[in-house]
Amino acid sequence: MNWTVLGIWLGALLSLSLYSFLYRDNPFYKFAEHLFVGMSAGYWVIYTIKNVLIPNWWDNLVPAEGGMQPIWLIPGFLGLFMILRVVPKLSGLSRMSLSLIVGTGAGLSMTAMLQTNALAQVNGTIIALGQGGGWFDWVSNIIIVTGVVCGLVYFFFSKAHTGIVGRTANVGITILMVAFGASFGYTVMARISLLIGQTQFMLFEWLPTMGIHL
Amino acid sequence: MRKILFVLPLLIFTGVLFAQSSGITSDENGDCFIQSLTAEDARNDAGGNIDIKWMVATDAVIPDSMILERFDSGGVWSPISTILPANGRKTDANLENGQEYSYRIVPFYGGVAETASETAAAIPGKQWIHTGRIGMLVILTLISLAVFYYIEQGKRGKDLYIRRIAGLTAVEDAVGRATEMGRPVLYIPGIMDMDDIQTIASMVILSRVAMKTAEYGSSLLVPTCRSVVMSVAQETVKESYLQMGRPDAFHKESINYITDDQFGYAAGVDGIMVRQKPAAIFMLGTFYAESLILAETGRSVGAIQIAGTAMPSQIPFFIAACDYTLIGEELFAASAYLSKEPKLLGSLRGQDVAKLFFMIVIVLGVLSATIGEAWEPATKVADFLKTITRVE
Repeated sequence: MNWTVLGIWLGALLSLSLYSFLYRDNPFYKFAEHLFVGMSAGYWVIYTIKNVLIPNWWDNLVPAEGGMQPIWLIPGFLGLFMILRVVPKLSGLSRMSLSLIVGTGAGLSMTAMLQTNALAQVNGTIIALGQGGGWFDWVSNIIIVTGVVCGLVYFFFSKAHTGIVGRTANVGITILMVAFGASFGYTVMARISLLIGQTQFMLFEWLPTMGIHL
Repeated sequence: MRKILFVLPLLIFTGVLFAQSSGITSDENGDCFIQSLTAEDARNDAGGNIDIKWMVATDAVIPDSMILERFDSGGVWSPISTILPANGRKTDANLENGQEYSYRIVPFYGGVAETASETAAAIPGKQWIHTGRIGMLVILTLISLAVFYYIEQGKRGKDLYIRRIAGLTAVEDAVGRATEMGRPVLYIPGIMDMDDIQTIASMVILSRVAMKTAEYGSSLLVPTCRSVVMSVAQETVKESYLQMGRPDAFHKESINYITDDQFGYAAGVDGIMVRQKPAAIFMLGTFYAESLILAETGRSVGAIQIAGTAMPSQIPFFIAACDYTLIGEELFAASAYLSKEPKLLGSLRGQDVAKLFFMIVIVLGVLSATIGEAWEPATKVADFLKTITRVE
């Protein structure tokens, strides 16, 4: 059996099954969807065990050089508490693990968000308007600074968007919308290139297996 | 007052840390190609690293190669790296904290080792505070103080105004519509795990949406992409149903895990949309490339869609395909808006103060930098503002 041809046919048939969703929900799409979801769920179980659980927990609990590190029993128990959700009487224990995850996540995100979403942006916006020298640089820099300041005004929640605040916020949301439009067009182009790639696969790899050469 | 007393030691501690300095050993050697060699503990790390720098003579014969050597615990000089015969620097890593390490450079001419440079030594150590982030610590402390202050004001009953957010005023309408049509409400909390701040914000909004579905008696579906998110969502919805006095209406099975795979999840949720035909769809959290796939399918089944994310690249898709979109920080403001709790409103007001602070910093910085092009002293203000907002 030619495994390459089998792979091409599987890929092509599953692609067509998924594309059939463009018409309406149908058994072919359902089959491809369930296959995809089932396989990916199974894949992630194994992936998590091999790439997360074993290297990050088991290898630390029982190091290769021997001995046992009891401190690593704590995350082990926290993980066990999550599994105990299936036992109604003990399911409350999982709240300990969940609160730790949520609290840690929020705490760690706080500094990361302030760093990347606030300070780095503020730092990058502190520029001399004439930086660059030419008239185009002047215009660009004015747009950058105006856009950031007016955008910030739009995200003021404790002030009604009326009067000067409203007008400034309108400038801010207009600049945001222009940026979103540019981002939309850019990403759609990337999606079209994915479609072209898949179409090329169907035309130049799948069709030739049936003797059709374009 | 109590909060100031809490913060004061923190600021003093920060000031003391400014005084931290690492030991530097430096030697000059006039006879060697290597003019100077310095070694110092690498700054702002967890220890185990020494930064070594060297400068070479410009008027001496250039060697063919040079070897950087370390005096190890066995009492011998061991090569650690071959280096170019030019000025340079290298970080020696994986060292033991608290132990002194000496370094020297041996130049080679025609394969023969010549006189080594003078030695330089340093002791690696760890630093408790990253000095490059002191500015961030101070700013974060100021913002926290503002947030604490307004939370306190809110708790004392001060009326804290919050402007209308269109997407959030539509939540009740969306749930009501689903109830009238006898169709479920679908809530998608994004594809990231519970360590993501947007997912955490999404869970807070989910609790409010669940209260509405419990009140109106409509069914709520929450497919998740992460097992931990499923567990948190189950707890959140259960709590909301209990609060509304409808524990009997809570169905654990309607909050389920699909798969961790991004597009597997998108395919699964699309299937739910076309088969269950929800009347209202909420997409709130972190989304990536699956955003348009989900939003388009939701639109095709005629659902009223309320989306929100802080992912700049995905907001355009939601704006194009959804009825209401929460842009960026509106997602984080949603919990305060929906609950109208004084604590959350106070926190929101505190964040607005932070935004005002950043606006002032930007305007001051830009003005001083611009004026500084004509009048030099003004650049000092811009430089200072850039320094305190610099992130390392």
